[in-house]
Amino acid sequence: MLNYEIVVIGGGPAGLAAAIEAKKNGAKEILVLERDLELGGILQQCIHNGFGLHVFKEELTGPEYAERFIQELKDMGIEYKLDTMVLEVSDEKMITAMNREEGILNIRAKAVILSMGCRERTRGAIRIPGTRPAGVMTAGTAQRFVNMEGYMTGKRVLILGSGDIGLIMARRLTLEGAEVLGVSELMPFSGGLNRNIVQCLEDFDIPLYLQHTVVDIEGKDRVEAVTIAKVDERYKPIKGTEKRFECDTLLLSVGLIPENELSKSAGIELDNITAGPRVNEAMETSVEGIFACGNVVHVHDLVDWVTEESRKAGKNAARYVSGELKNTASKISVQGVNGVRYVVPQEIRPENLRGKTEFMMRVDAVYQNVKLVAKSGEEILKSVKRRHVAPGEMENLVLDFGEMDPKSIKNLTIELVQEEGA
Amino acid sequence: MYDITVIGAGITGTFIARELSKYDLSILLLDKENDVANGTTKANSAIVHAGYDATEGTLKAKFNVKGNEMYDGICKDLDVPFKRIGSLVTAFNDEEMETIQCLYQRGITNGVPDMKILDKEEVLQMEGNLKESIKGALFAKTAGIVGPWELAIALAENAVENGVELQLNSAVTAIDKTGEGYRVSAGEKTYETKLVINAAGVYADQIDQMVNEKTFEILPNRGEYNLFDKSVGDMVNTVVFGCPSSAGKGTVILPTVHGNLLLGPTADPIDNKEDTRTTFAGLTSINDHAKDTLKKIGFQDVITSFSGIRAKVATKDFIIEKAEGKEDFINVAGIDSPGLTAAPAIAEYVVEMVRESASALDMTLTEKEHFNPKRTPSIHFMDLSTEDQKKLIEKDPRFGRIICRCEYITEGEIVDVIRRKAGATTLDGVKRRARPGSGRCQGGFCAPRVMEIIARELDVDMKDVLKDGKGSYVLTERTK
Repeated sequence: MLNYEIVVIGGGPAGLAAAIEAKKNGAKEILVLERDLELGGILQQCIHNGFGLHVFKEELTGPEYAERFIQELKDMGIEYKLDTMVLEVSDEKMITAMNREEGILNIRAKAVILSMGCRERTRGAIRIPGTRPAGVMTAGTAQRFVNMEGYMTGKRVLILGSGDIGLIMARRLTLEGAEVLGVSELMPFSGGLNRNIVQCLEDFDIPLYLQHTVVDIEGKDRVEAVTIAKVDERYKPIKGTEKRFECDTLLLSVGLIPENELSKSAGIELDNITAGPRVNEAMETSVEGIFACGNVVHVHDLVDWVTEESRKAGKNAARYVSGELKNTASKISVQGVNGVRYVVPQEIRPENLRGKTEFMMRVDAVYQNVKLVAKSGEEILKSVKRRHVAPGEMENLVLDFGEMDPKSIKNLTIELVQEEGA
Repeated sequence: MYDITVIGAGITGTFIARELSKYDLSILLLDKENDVANGTTKANSAIVHAGYDATEGTLKAKFNVKGNEMYDGICKDLDVPFKRIGSLVTAFNDEEMETIQCLYQRGITNGVPDMKILDKEEVLQMEGNLKESIKGALFAKTAGIVGPWELAIALAENAVENGVELQLNSAVTAIDKTGEGYRVSAGEKTYETKLVINAAGVYADQIDQMVNEKTFEILPNRGEYNLFDKSVGDMVNTVVFGCPSSAGKGTVILPTVHGNLLLGPTADPIDNKEDTRTTFAGLTSINDHAKDTLKKIGFQDVITSFSGIRAKVATKDFIIEKAEGKEDFINVAGIDSPGLTAAPAIAEYVVEMVRESASALDMTLTEKEHFNPKRTPSIHFMDLSTEDQKKLIEKDPRFGRIICRCEYITEGEIVDVIRRKAGATTLDGVKRRARPGSGRCQGGFCAPRVMEIIARELDVDMKDVLKDGKGSYVLTERTK
């Protein structure tokens, strides 16, 4: 049996930032468990730049961004184990893990930080008809093959879904000499960042077919052609609008799903909308002493926000271990309404609120000239203007509880309000 | 010169080859694909039927009930997942209640044991997720579920262990009569054989017609399926059939031996024997059936859809006979449902046919002294006790490394299925044997790592590792 104050599950950007911040806040025995052969998580295959603009005020590649944290973690002497798979986490914070050298590991932790990230939605989950040949793969898998293994996955490529990884791969494969024929997006707007639409599609003249979906895949062994069609407002393909592309590859960038099998094993309550654990202002889950951060909680648009959120989790895990974090009976629920799909955290405890608290959220459609309005019951606490909001970009709202008596707050809601005259 | 050449390494061919391997004979097993079980065997309902369905007096009726009885022993010997969970045929109205009465009577005639007509309460007690509007059901205790490709792979492996020669990538292109038997051209090679057994599935008619007058035609018929995540695997506890009607045999909802939920199939006549596509209409129709039968089902839990091709014939019964006027050519054709269930009984029957012809072909069927009916059990790491897991990792650290995160499959298990006789050489071959990539991420994370292991174990370049059949390349070239 091994004993640690804090065990961090997952050594990607979330786990790294959380572990470092926990150490900075006084936690001593910290262990990071990583299932891959190196730390850094998915950042290691994100060799494009655009990371770190908020956290470091400079533009880094994924591996560069990861390396800063990996170096800091090592410099601080934080322990980690690579190629180590966590099999189970109990609500008593007992962890079962396994690796080649040490076999089965039983670890007792005072606090656990879940930072397992997310996985890609697959073809089955969106039910695309047609054959099942090689050449249909998720954009992230293709990214790994191209950037980590050094192999191309096809020569003529169609992409379904305009999530960020799909957009990034459209550019990457083009630069590697493949012909990217287009990106088909079911919704009337892209699910990715606007800057990726511009830099990865428009700059390379790759067409984006909004409100289109794949209706057929041909090819017995390898993809030979893919047909897309326009969809109506109920997402049903419209007959006669089919476009057939002869291609050898269909990449899927149709969404990310927080990977919460371990959270379920620990009996942690999950949010129906985010598919991640419901967390409070300390990034603590429904199981006391188990914290969560990063894409395992909700899928982020930028790694910078993952880092910020994870620092919060790491700091609070350290406070929990030292007994500073108060677990009070009074809890205030936080809800997204009227165009706000969800808000993280989903719950706040007034006693723990000091000064500024940040809320992260996503909206359900594209809106222009709106206000994000936070309310306690009917009382407006804060209202901020947004010229443009979209589901692909996360929104945040900071409430300063130093200015108000947190105990007076009823249920907190955050909503979108159309600006008058707009 | 081989004594016997079996064409087709699906469930029928592998059962026959393995049954023949009990005798001192030289046996060749050919398949056009690069793996065994790569046709209909890999895409079907995976049901071991009780036997009330087949028309009285047919070969289907005879071999179904007999084959069903043989399953426990064979699956135990070969370490193949098999669960006798029972089946229900649901009835939601009076007409369907009459139909299940007829099925019950037919079952009695066919010799099916342990059947019972259940009333509404009894059905709901057994299957709490069925709609309250259910009226009753026919329960058949002996029905079960099996891993069909695992079984065929295990049979092939055991047959090879017992001396059968397996040649893959060997599409038969010609069969010529010679003085002593036949010359079979397959792949780049020719093989001399005294006797041919045609178990070529949807291609059995083409194989037959290479030497014989046309007596039957395979009418390919496609069935589409949806496979759901394990989180809804306990939706039903038994194999739940819809009631057969003039419209068809009825859709099935069942758990798989690995704990997923399977829904299907459709039944559509098609022209192209390779046309294993799924269609929007087909998948919608099976989903609608599930909505009509179950209180609640969410289609967001579908992890994959697939289809398989049935080898139907006009007579609707199995064709298991010597070609007209020939002692040395046996057709085993039209093996559609309940072919999987019947296969062990069919294999025994075919061996008897071979025995009858043996003297005419200058062959003797002498039982082998050292036939080994058992297969080395495969290792399922996560099913072991913690103590055994620890020991195994100490012995072989590759069992300490998880490659498939969804199903918790270790590197040790993957290496094992590659190194076995009739072992895996492709991504899907590894998936069918050890299950990496069959979970919720469908190989998104593990495919690159499994490909690395295959490349290393078989000493080939990553680029040459296929997904499944010939031509199913995953990678095209090195990056710039």
